Amino acid sequence: MSLDSHIPSGPMAMKWSKHKQDSKLINPKNKRKFTVLVVGSGLAGASAAATLSELGYKVKCFCFQDSPRRAHSIAAQGGINAAKNYQNDGDSVHRLFYDTVKGGDFRAREANVHRLSEVSVNIIDQCVAQGVPFAREYGGMLANRSFGGAQVSRTFYARGQTGQQLLLGAYSALNKEIAAGGVQMYPRTEMLDVVTVEGHAKGIITRNLVTGKIEAHAGDAVLLCTGGYGNVFYLSTNAMGCNVTATWRAHKKGAFFANPCYTQIHPTCIPVSGDYQSKLTLMSESLRNDGRVWVPKKKEDCGKAPSQIAEADRDYYLERKYPSFGNLAPRDISSRAAKEACDDGRGVGPGGRGVYLDFAEAISQFGAKTIAERYGNLFEMYERITGESAYKQPMRIYPAVHYTMGGLWVDYNLMSNLPGLHVLGEANFSDHGANRLGASALMQGLADGYFVIPTTIANYLVHQKPGSVTAEHPEFKKALEVCTAQTKGFLNSKGKRSVDSFHRELGLLVWDKCGMARTKEGLTEALKRIPELREEFKTNLLVPGSGDACNPELEKAGRVADFMEFAELLCLDARHREESCGGHFRSEYQYPDGEAKRDDENFCYAAAWEYTGDFGKPTLNKEPLSFEEVHLAVRSYK
Amino acid sequence: MSNLNLHLKVWRQNAGQPGHFQDIEAPEIPDHASFLEMMDIVNERLISKGQEPVAFDHDCREGICGACSMQINGVPHGPEKATTTCQLHMRKFRTGDTIWVEPFRAKAFPVIKDLVVDRGAFDRIQQAGGFVSVRTGAPQDANALPIGKETADAAMDAAECIGCGACVAACKNASAMLFVSAKAGQLNLLPQGQPEKDRRTLGMVRQMDKEGFGNCTNQYECEAACPKEISVRWITKLNRDYAVAAVKETFGNSRKEAGGGD
Amino acid sequence: MSAVFDSLSRFYASSIGKKILVALTGLVLIGFVLGHMIGNLLIFVGRDAINEYGHMLQTALHGGGVWIARLGLLACVLIHVVATVSLTKASRAARPDAYGRHKAQVSSTASRTMIWSGLTILAFVVYHLLHFTAHVGNDYATYKTTLHGEAVHDVYRMVIAGFSWAPASIFYLIAMALLCSHLSHGFSSLFQTLGISTDKTEPVFKKAGYAFAGLIFAGNAAIVLSIWLFGYGS
Repeated sequence: MSLDSHIPSGPMAMKWSKHKQDSKLINPKNKRKFTVLVVGSGLAGASAAATLSELGYKVKCFCFQDSPRRAHSIAAQGGINAAKNYQNDGDSVHRLFYDTVKGGDFRAREANVHRLSEVSVNIIDQCVAQGVPFAREYGGMLANRSFGGAQVSRTFYARGQTGQQLLLGAYSALNKEIAAGGVQMYPRTEMLDVVTVEGHAKGIITRNLVTGKIEAHAGDAVLLCTGGYGNVFYLSTNAMGCNVTATWRAHKKGAFFANPCYTQIHPTCIPVSGDYQSKLTLMSESLRNDGRVWVPKKKEDCGKAPSQIAEADRDYYLERKYPSFGNLAPRDISSRAAKEACDDGRGVGPGGRGVYLDFAEAISQFGAKTIAERYGNLFEMYERITGESAYKQPMRIYPAVHYTMGGLWVDYNLMSNLPGLHVLGEANFSDHGANRLGASALMQGLADGYFVIPTTIANYLVHQKPGSVTAEHPEFKKALEVCTAQTKGFLNSKGKRSVDSFHRELGLLVWDKCGMARTKEGLTEALKRIPELREEFKTNLLVPGSGDACNPELEKAGRVADFMEFAELLCLDARHREESCGGHFRSEYQYPDGEAKRDDENFCYAAAWEYTGDFGKPTLNKEPLSFEEVHLAVRSYK
Repeated sequence: MSNLNLHLKVWRQNAGQPGHFQDIEAPEIPDHASFLEMMDIVNERLISKGQEPVAFDHDCREGICGACSMQINGVPHGPEKATTTCQLHMRKFRTGDTIWVEPFRAKAFPVIKDLVVDRGAFDRIQQAGGFVSVRTGAPQDANALPIGKETADAAMDAAECIGCGACVAACKNASAMLFVSAKAGQLNLLPQGQPEKDRRTLGMVRQMDKEGFGNCTNQYECEAACPKEISVRWITKLNRDYAVAAVKETFGNSRKEAGGGD
Repeated sequence: MSAVFDSLSRFYASSIGKKILVALTGLVLIGFVLGHMIGNLLIFVGRDAINEYGHMLQTALHGGGVWIARLGLLACVLIHVVATVSLTKASRAARPDAYGRHKAQVSSTASRTMIWSGLTILAFVVYHLLHFTAHVGNDYATYKTTLHGEAVHDVYRMVIAGFSWAPASIFYLIAMALLCSHLSHGFSSLFQTLGISTDKTEPVFKKAGYAFAGLIFAGNAAIVLSIWLFGYGS
């Protein structure tokens, strides 16, 4: 099948302006007749729901959390990029665009990235007007910092809780529209399936997590703003509830899943301490602005207290390998370097899977007070979890799954190949390529929700007759039956194992074979093991309780069932992509010095997988990527 | 790392039915585990015995989403200062301890199941005025409105509230004043929030009363329990803002009344 | 007009509105308690001093002053009591199911028992008025003395007689202890409710509150104890 990305013609810098000019408009009176279903209430979902309601559309917004304010965007710590150039340090829309395309290892769609850079400046204006308390200078102007791989200071931040503040801003906009009657909010409601009518996404099936009621909702368009699939690894920095269900079910209804193998491993997380561990905690990578990463030069020093290791015996490996970027080298590079150091037997802490992040020099230079002002809450968090003080000894960190660049394939209008189904934020694949730069996730979520979809959705809706499909349509009945049967199936399965035990096993397998470094053999092994595990899940699962009440085990069962299927596509995509790029590192494809070796000849495309009914044999559709503005080059941070 | 043997007294309840404490033995709990990981282990054991696990709210497990709750030994989020339940670690307990685990109790927080309560009242209070009415795309350039660092920092202090409800749970009156004052206070302090300040204050306080929260008696248990250490000075400010708004509403020129609470 | 009353009734109906009224009436009552104590301490100056003070109160504004004060104080007490009882009832209703374990971390016992100290003080005030103002069950009304050639009520003798009876003295002392407890929270609390406290002034208000509560107790208890235990004036 051919994929039309609907990228506007014309010069790169003019594409979005031109597209806005060319986009359809809907008469204000008619907007009220359209119902838009927004699934998810994070940055993308809340901002889209609020803005579409402001424009006059009727919006229904769904989230599985007890309040839209708790979506996992809230956990983003570091900041949000914008090409404001308030620092006069040479930043521009073009430079942010350039950095993002390069940072994405030339696997993102240029036109989307340019649009993202353009609207980044509007996002900051919008958030400030909402009352988001960004950090400021004494003169009252906004403060900036340099962040993860950027050589200009373009990151806006609110202490170490930028995601929280941006989400609360979007949530306040959502509240404004709920109060005005434009948005109907459905908290504690999980989407179970997308309903298609004559090939168009016209509704969803949900389960009320309090009453257990399975319901159908019809609309004129569906927006999936449901985040990433990082929890396929079980241990990740994602919230416990993050899941692939919405996008996976959409995939099974025909939406293409693009580049699932692009998963981002965040370099600065607190290492695993035991097998009871339920999640990994990220320490903002802003810490790398002042912290120095090192491991002992000699293996025999690893057991020693860090203070006992002389300066000469320390290997500041990021500074050594990447002199110009040093400790601020991009995430994938930093993560892999940590893995290499640990694989080399020079890791520190329990199990030898950790490296030091040392603030001793920054503390002696700026004083403990300044460091506490910058990172106080992060140091406290570290101490609560590990019982160690980072003022007195170096932190121990290790990479963990953090963000997923892959997602449902969308065109320039953020619409998937399934007409009517739009996908925003982390749930889509479009803007970050194979690797996302720090402080760009918040930017993308809000760009999609506040500024892109409100314009582009009209291009679909203008061709639709509002309210043409209702929940009485036979397709909804059919979908309701399928979902009800699946829920009953979980409850009737009289096996012996809990959902979590399956999830843990799957996660460990995927992390082992499809984590930071991947090989053909490993992936092939995983692809053999996953269907076996899925079979056992079907027969040996035990879900206590009933389906018509609050039942967290049942919720988890549905999510893990989808991870079990999705994991196979993830590994298939990773095996098919015989190159290393960004967050996808194939051990077979590297330069002698260990750097990732891209294959632009054969793999300069987005891999959009089509569901065929057989998880092991999806059809590959390719969207070729062309680079007009930023010329293909080997990404070097030396 | 060592293991702890604990006795739990856990509240079990189905919505609309009376609840009770269940005694659960929790041997061999790693002291590096978080409180919720301890609950995971307990639940895993309950499931293996074919029993229903204890339902509790949780999500991010890094102290920011505000989903986790639990009254632990009589204190919201347990004994550790400025810490949510998900970040409370078992090394703070000793082997042999008896731990009481209950839901946050308030009329405005009805129990859904076991330790899960409905905190939707907080959302409705926010909908009664916890926002600046600004359309997407309307604003001026972000630096066109200078805001002093002190003001921005103070607003951020209030904005750190995670909406967990510990303030309500800790208060002997189940008052929501700390939450409401932090939410209203952030916007009432900033220049962006001035045009709607009185409407916001009246609307949010009226909705708070309508939801059935109790009254503040200035004892500051809320501040002591707050995982984000929100200051009770925000309550001072809300009292002041409310008095001013009420006087203006009573004696000022007529205008449309603030919503909320109706 | 009715718009004003609608708004006032909404103000009273709100939690903060009621609390502001409690704080304002509390402030008036604090002033009264202080003035009342200072007046009564005149008993240590001598018979004529306190009798003259009593006579002045009775005759100010041709006898109207005392009634204005009484009605004003009655209104304050009524508002203070009715509002706090209503606030307390609402607060009790806000937590219908009690905790199995509930631990107070920072609040004082005094602050948690305001309604009980307050209601006991109210009962005391009623007794006190019956005892020394309405003279129910005693013949204090007949105590007369001459001051500057004028026959006036002998307050001095009444107080000495009143506190020579142990049960009355004990009740007075208990009531003063509870008033002390009530003030130890109420004094600083009212500044919080009126929106005045700051991080810097709150500790000052707290200490001032404790000092004030102690002062009121010491002053009033000195009168009772010196008469009852040390036979002052008899």
